[in-house]
Amino acid sequence: MSNDPHDLLAAYALDALDDDERERFEAHLPDCEECTEQLALLREPVAALAYAAEGPVPTKELRDRIIESARAEPRAAVIKLPRRKWALEAVAAVAVAAACLAIGLGIWAHSLSNSLERERSANSVVEQLLAENATAKPLLGANGSLIVARNGEAALLVCGLAAAPSSKTYQAWVITGKTPEPAGLLSGGSGCRSLALTRPVPSKATVAVTLERAGGATSPTLPILFRAEAT
Amino acid sequence: MSRAVPQRTDEELVEAIAQADEDALGELYDRFGKVSYGLAYKILQDAALAEDAVQEAFLQIWRGAGAYRPERAKASTWLLTFVHRRAVDLVRREQARRTEPVIAEPQGSDPGADDAAVARSRREIVQDALRRLPAEQREPIELAYYAGLTQSELADRLEQPLGTIKSRMFTGLQRLRVLLAEAGYESA
Repeated sequence: MSNDPHDLLAAYALDALDDDERERFEAHLPDCEECTEQLALLREPVAALAYAAEGPVPTKELRDRIIESARAEPRAAVIKLPRRKWALEAVAAVAVAAACLAIGLGIWAHSLSNSLERERSANSVVEQLLAENATAKPLLGANGSLIVARNGEAALLVCGLAAAPSSKTYQAWVITGKTPEPAGLLSGGSGCRSLALTRPVPSKATVAVTLERAGGATSPTLPILFRAEAT
Repeated sequence: MSRAVPQRTDEELVEAIAQADEDALGELYDRFGKVSYGLAYKILQDAALAEDAVQEAFLQIWRGAGAYRPERAKASTWLLTFVHRRAVDLVRREQARRTEPVIAEPQGSDPGADDAAVARSRREIVQDALRRLPAEQREPIELAYYAGLTQSELADRLEQPLGTIKSRMFTGLQRLRVLLAEAGYESA
């Protein structure tokens, strides 16, 4: 039997994959532009099927319950993404945050390229990063990027993240196996903020950010506010 | 629902939700709560479970609105994807305790609002398009979507090789897309 993930497209759109198959397909999806496009085409007829389902109406209380639950959720609000394809978004986020990178991450950025000069324009920093094969992945759930150099050194760039409450801090985690490892604290606040992660980010690892008590925690408190997976 | 005041588009509502606008979340629910619940109920055949699925889907929107990409999918499509996935996950968990999948007959519905006519016509267009699919394509699509069967379960149940099921679902969905477009179907 073929193990080609492309075969799974229709079944994935219909939620007809078991957990393992779904996981395999979702691991493949971000790297496959064709799948992403095909999936977008299948999503519409699949969603249309919802309208053919006749059912009773929900109770009046459901609406209130949803709003109340939403209100009770801690969240990093005020996150807006530009309307661009993800690859462009990643680069755009780097461009926006490039100044932060050059200044805030001076030493780290220097290790990316010995010729990197702080005064360089945002565009040339982007070019430099890309020339160095550092990859930028857009964050899911926040505006910004995860940037990972070939040696695994990595930084988070986050823009427009609400400042953490005074008794709290944002904390980054590197997740490779089952145990998330703490990777640095971030306060949030206006503009773009950067965080040089305190541990390397291997390929395929996920970097996630949670809200923790001031000083940070040894294991994350859910929910994950935003995340990105390294290439 | 009165349309006198210029309305925010669904996509604008999601943008507002990303800014923690609770009213926008309520408005999105007013637009899609019924279709979401109807879908979840059809799959789950249980009011409490269906409400759970809908609630969790809306909370996923609340949490993830910042990651929404309007160029990839309409807001309603995005929401219904969450509702469906959640309902299917729940029904599979339930069915682990049952022997036969629940395959529902349509229930009497009561849209009960001014939008009822729009909802009915949308429903009729989709039902008609489904009827026009060859049975061999319609069956796996319906069993997957409304009963939460996996592709392997479909292959067993329909006594066809897995590869055949995969290609019939794919061809069927593409054909459904064309049929809907020909019928002038517009999702919300």
